[in-house]
Amino acid sequence: MEFKDYYKIMGVARTATADEIKRAYRQLARKYHPDVSKEADAEARFKEVGEAYEVLKDPEKRAAYDRLGTHWKTGQDFRPPPGWNEGFEFSGGGFGGGDAADYSDFFEQLFGRAGGPAGRAGGAAFHARGSDRQARILIDIEDAYRGGIRTLTLRHPEMDAHGQVTLREQTLNVAIPRGVRAGQHIRLTGQGAPGMGQGQPGDLYLEVEFRPHPFYRAVGRDVLLDLPVAPWEAALGATVKIPTPDGVVEMKIPAGAKSGTRLRLKGRGIPAATPGDFYVVLQIVLPPAQDAPARKIYEQMAEQFKTFNPRAGLGV
Amino acid sequence: MADEITLTSIQGLILEEQMHLTLAELCGACAVHAESIIGLINEGVLDPAGSGPHDWRFTGLQMRHARTALRLQRDLEINTAGVALALQLLDEIEMLRAQLRIQGS
Repeated sequence: MEFKDYYKIMGVARTATADEIKRAYRQLARKYHPDVSKEADAEARFKEVGEAYEVLKDPEKRAAYDRLGTHWKTGQDFRPPPGWNEGFEFSGGGFGGGDAADYSDFFEQLFGRAGGPAGRAGGAAFHARGSDRQARILIDIEDAYRGGIRTLTLRHPEMDAHGQVTLREQTLNVAIPRGVRAGQHIRLTGQGAPGMGQGQPGDLYLEVEFRPHPFYRAVGRDVLLDLPVAPWEAALGATVKIPTPDGVVEMKIPAGAKSGTRLRLKGRGIPAATPGDFYVVLQIVLPPAQDAPARKIYEQMAEQFKTFNPRAGLGV
Repeated sequence: MADEITLTSIQGLILEEQMHLTLAELCGACAVHAESIIGLINEGVLDPAGSGPHDWRFTGLQMRHARTALRLQRDLEINTAGVALALQLLDEIEMLRAQLRIQGS
């Protein structure tokens, strides 16, 4: 088990006052809150900061933690010394509403798991609907065009009859509805947490996200593709093959097309009652002038287009 | 210890297009009491269709807003007005990002 330096995580001195710790927490929480932050490891950092704050804001936990001494370094292999927590009493407790599985091994070893109510003891039968669950599902843009089956593994902490928390794995084969878009939710009735007694299970909501695609980008229900074209295709017009998530289609490039010109394939975006459009954004690419014959052609062009000034708009 | 259950493929519905949520369903999906949701409605964070609590209908986007708002309230201890402002700014950032995607950067 790795030691965690909660003071370092919070960026405060070991002598920091409760107010300083609170201020540091607020700043870090705003910085790393997964709803606000776009930093790659925001969620992990947010949990780490939450855990550190959980210990340092609580005078009892902080005192016990301080008693471990100052010679530990983050990441160092750690075993709590015997009797380290003598005379302290912890009541578990959760941060940020996170569940027990959010705590590090280090935290749990020291302060125990955040205990909820241990199993209900006998008595009258108790029935309640299970809670709903939320998860993300990553799909390909192509899946939104065709529909498809995606296998999804979810892990949720579950409390057993002895109040022990275990991680349970749930594997689902989810049929992706055709026409679903990023940011939408797929609702799977009855796939949430099991109910108590004869209560119904909750529902599972899957928030859809598209896996980044090497050449398509989705914006709402529209899909865009940057299409490289040769200078003569743009100047003279051409019919070229283009990939779409629906398959290869032929498209006419109008003569005199410019870099950045957007061509629309109506209704070829993500399918729906009102389907999105597919946009092709032209990008003129030049063949390299690597050998003498190729250079000759560029030289001929220079000769031919003597009066052409690409920088005329810049006034030079 | 992890036990595993495999199920045959299950068909879901797209929340945004095929259905709406009632107040009770939204409360379940967000794991909060109705007062929390009503607080967000009073502040203008959520604007459900329908004339009153008994026939309010929420969209999937509103569910996402509600969940974000509740998380911000809880984790950053922001009041409802502050959350409303944060959500508005987050939406604006999202819109700007979409524009960047259109331009391919």
